[in-house]
This record gives sequence, C-alpha cells and structure tokens, in this order.
Amino acid sequence: MMDLAKRYFWRVLFVIIMVAAAYATFLRFWGGLGASTNLSDQFPWGIWIGFDVLCGVGLAAGGFTLAATVHIFNIKSYHAVVRPAILTAFLGYLLVVVALMFDLGHPYRIWHPLIMWNPRSVMFEVGWCVTLYTTVLFLEFLPVVLEKFKLHTALKVMKAVTLPIIIAGVILSTLHQSSLGSLFLIMPNRLHPLWWTPLLPVLFFISAVATGLAMTIFESWHSSKAFGRQLEYGLICRMTRVLAVITAVYLTMRFMDLSHRGALSTLNQPGLERWMFGLEIVLMAVPMLMFFREKTRQHPVAVYLGVVMYLLGFVANRMNVSVTGIERAAGVSYSPKWSEIAVTLAIIAAGFAIFKLAAHYLPVFEEEHETPAGEGGGRIPTLEGAAAHGD
Amino acid sequence: MARAILFDSTQCIGCRQCEQACSEGKNLPYDEKIGAEEKTSAHKLTAVRTHGERYSRKLCMHCLDPACASVCPVAALQKTAAGPVVYLPERCMGCRYCMVSCVFGVPTYEWNSRLPYVRKCDLCADRAPKNEPTRCAEACPTGATISGDRDELIAEAKKRLAENPEGYYPRIYGIEEAGGTSVLILSAVPFEQIGYPVNVEKTALPQYTWAALKHIPDVVVMGTVLLGGIHWLAHRKEEVARKEGRP
Repeated sequence: MMDLAKRYFWRVLFVIIMVAAAYATFLRFWGGLGASTNLSDQFPWGIWIGFDVLCGVGLAAGGFTLAATVHIFNIKSYHAVVRPAILTAFLGYLLVVVALMFDLGHPYRIWHPLIMWNPRSVMFEVGWCVTLYTTVLFLEFLPVVLEKFKLHTALKVMKAVTLPIIIAGVILSTLHQSSLGSLFLIMPNRLHPLWWTPLLPVLFFISAVATGLAMTIFESWHSSKAFGRQLEYGLICRMTRVLAVITAVYLTMRFMDLSHRGALSTLNQPGLERWMFGLEIVLMAVPMLMFFREKTRQHPVAVYLGVVMYLLGFVANRMNVSVTGIERAAGVSYSPKWSEIAVTLAIIAAGFAIFKLAAHYLPVFEEEHETPAGEGGGRIPTLEGAAAHGD
Repeated sequence: MARAILFDSTQCIGCRQCEQACSEGKNLPYDEKIGAEEKTSAHKLTAVRTHGERYSRKLCMHCLDPACASVCPVAALQKTAAGPVVYLPERCMGCRYCMVSCVFGVPTYEWNSRLPYVRKCDLCADRAPKNEPTRCAEACPTGATISGDRDELIAEAKKRLAENPEGYYPRIYGIEEAGGTSVLILSAVPFEQIGYPVNVEKTALPQYTWAALKHIPDVVVMGTVLLGGIHWLAHRKEEVARKEGRP
C-alpha cells in the first residue's frame, strides 16, 4: 500500500497541478490579467516576475558557472556535471520565456525589443541578453544531441567553435544576472533600504554564481536517485566548499553595504520587512556555516538539506526585492492569486518532467572522456570515501 | 516652448470639470460614479482628490527625464520636445516596467482587457502643435489649472508666491522633483497633506540605472580579454603536450 502511494504520489500531484494550471491559463488568456492575478495599478509585478523570472534565471545560473569552471578554468574534475547543468539552464530559460508569455500583456510582441531599441532600458538589455544566451545554451547543449545521433562532422564543427561560444555565454550571463538586480535601481526611495543599494547588480551576480553551484549539487543528488547512478560525492564535497566561500563573500558584501548605508538601523522599525530580511539571511548563513564544517560535508543528507536551505534563501532574497521590499511604498499588500501559484507550480513541474525525459533519452550523464584518476574520480558514496576524496 | 501645466490647488473648488473634459476628450466614459472615484485608473486619467476642505489633482507629472521612458524596453513611452510624455501603444508588449518605475504611480493598466494597454495623461499632445490649452485647463472655471510654457509658468508661480506669501506654502512642487516635471503645483499647506509624495528624489531617476548600465561595454571587452587569457593560462598543460606530440 505504501509502495503504491509512493509510486503514484508524484504522478497524481503532477496531474492535479497541470489541470489547475490549464484552468488558470484559460482564465489568463480569456479574462485577462485582472481575472487571473492579484496585480493592480499599485502592484504591477507579482510572482510571475518575482519568482518565475527572477528566481528562474538565477536557478539556471549553473549553466554558465560550470561551463566557465570546466572550459575556461580547465578544472576537469567538474566535467561530469557540466552537461546536466547546461541542460538545466537551457530548460530554465525556455521556462522563463513561457512564464513571460503569461505575464506580458501582449505576449506575441515578446520580440519587439529586438527591433524597437531603447539602450537606456535595463529591460531592453535583459531581453537581448536572454535571447542571445538561450541561443548560446542551445549551441552548448547541441553536441549532446549530435552525439546521440552520431553526427560526427557536425560534432567536429561544434568543437572548433566551443571557446567563443562559452566565453559569449559567460559574458551574457554576467550581464543579465546582474541586470536583473539593476531593474530595481530605478526605485531608490521606494524599495526598502534593506534591499535597495547601488550594489544590487553585483549582489545579484554573486548570489547567482552560488545558486548555479547549489542547483548543480541539487540536481546531482536527484538524478543519482532517479537514475540509480552513483553520486560523485568527492566532487559534491568540493562544490559545497566553493559554495560556502562564495556565500561568505556575498554575505560579507551584503552586510558591509548595509552598514555603510546605515540601513541596519531600519531593523528597529516594526513590520514584515525585518522578519523577511532575517529569514533570507538565516537561510543563507546557516548552510554556509554548515558547509564550512567537515562533519556536514561528509554527511550526504546534511549536504542536501544545506543546499535546499541555501536555495530557499536565494528565493527569499529575490522575492524580498520584488515583493516584500516594495509593499510599503506601494501602500498595498500583495499575495498571489491561486491561478498565479498554479501556473508557477506547473512551470516548475514541467521543468522536472522535461529534465527527466531529456536525461533519460539523451547522453546527458555519459562522459565523453574518462576523467583523470585522482582528480575527479571520487565516485564513492561511502562516508570514508567522501572523507578521503572530498577533503 | 515646452508645454506644461500649473495647478494652483488654492484655487481649486473640486468641481471636477477637468475630469469630465479629459474623459470626453479621450473618449472615456464619465458619470457621477466615475467622478466619485478619487484615483486615476485606465478609465480615468486625471482625478480630483479631497483632503478635508482642500482639493488636489492627480495626473501624469510629465517629468523632464521620465523614469517610465527610460525603462521601457521598446521605447513605447517617449518624452517629446514639446513637453508631453507620450505612449505608443503599437510598440508596447505589456511588461509594465513603466508602472513599477514611476515614482508618482501614474501609469495605469487595462487589467480586465484581453489585450491590455497602459493608460495615462498625455498632456493633450494632440493639441500641442497648435499650442492650444489642455482640455483640463480649458474646462477649469477658476483658473486653478492653466497650461502654457514651463518657464513662463514657473515665473507665474513665483509671482504668486511673492505677492501672497501668507496664502502659500513657500515651494513650487515640480521644479526639482524627479529632476523636474512639466506639471507644477502650488499649495497652501505642505504637499504631503494634499496627497503628493515628498520623498521623491531631486535628481532624474534614470541616472540611478545609468550608473550601472554604462559599464556594460567595458564588462564585455574586459570580460572577453580576461576569460580568453584565463583559458590560455589554464590550458598550458594541453599546449605543451601537443607540442611534444603527445595526445
């Protein structure tokens, strides 16, 4: 009985989400944004922007982080996780475009920024970068498809142009990951001082790099369960160390900025803001401290919990910038309508489902080359192995 | 000649003639019920608001360097040389960044339309070429709203402040708010008491964004050199192996 419930739980949940989202989609395109969202003239951006776009793009940052690590910095031990990271990123960006189709008033005009220019606009720049980078991700993932169908000539051509494509991908990502923060620079007196800072683009970029790593660990964990693969545990241990260091840099910069601007005194003011700020910081600081400890790194479940906690902290930060920090100035409080949540859940569920299908049918987890022994081997799931290889 | 409006709230009697003239001119419905709505919306581009015995008008401020026009990814909002900030609906893709960016909360949206557009006052841009007054100014029975050249209206406002210092709060709203606006406001009391935001930046808002955006070309050039260089350094082993004829 338990087995049966376990087996069908996710499938039934998936169907329920999809049915709800189908009705929400009907509401959106038949009744308009008014019928399908809790948005208003005072609060024009909700979770379709705050979560689906801001978090979606950040969670897809593993694509450029790992591509740079392996192809630019030539750290070969990370080779095994590049392909899943690029697949996640490619799917992530496609799903962000799907979310935009719901949020834009005129979705069929999504291409307008490509010909109607306004170079002073952050959104214009984000639009261009995301379009170009999605193309880059397609090209970065293309070899996987070519390998599957044994198209060796095309593979050779792709190999020859890998470097410029990778460099373009890293630069485009740097630009738009940071620019998602720049979007909110235009509201200095309206975004709460706990979040508005001229450093928004830098902070968004650094946290996106950390999130790219965290997502890669997260999906390695899940794919090892789903496909019965062994966890590259030595590699994961090393990634948690890097994640801890980047988070430390991020939090240090965050607090230095807050103290330089005198924003920490706003913590004395009552209201939702200080609690949400606390939540965001705790969800990032706790996993950081955990990953600095050898005991945590040796414990797969602790590593997984830490990563999930970090990812929730990242989501909390983006939601705080786009929702919590703005509510006071807007004079209204916003909470999403069921249909906004249904569409968001459906997009997440679709992401998981498509990733599973792609990983099943395409050589995502197969390596082209054997990784050099000693450097990246470390596929040892036991605790002793982890201790030996990861630290 | 930069078109502008001077609204002297001390002369406003709350008759709502400006609202009605505006709605009629823009082919929007207007009746008593809509008149009682004291906020702007997609069907009401200017609103008279009651603050006890005083009245104030809400309408687009037509900033000299508007945030909405700077953030629009498709340049659907543009500041014209004649003064009005105009909206080109055929460009708009509906991202609503203009609404997020506006410090005065002006742009409104047709939330219940299947293909919604942004709505806001356009300072009667259709009347700008012939230099005719705006519909609200034309309809105003007391002269509380007048339209004309911005510099001349500033001079007029200063004259009123000088001639009747007891009657006015000694500031002109719109001279430096958000870097300057084409709508200027006079009041007998501090502006926050009649519904105008006073914590508005004194510099043009697009500067805050530009401070970050201007670095993009440098990031591209420096990033390419840096990444290419790191790649070259990091692949030294492979290069040596190739030269020595090893695989």
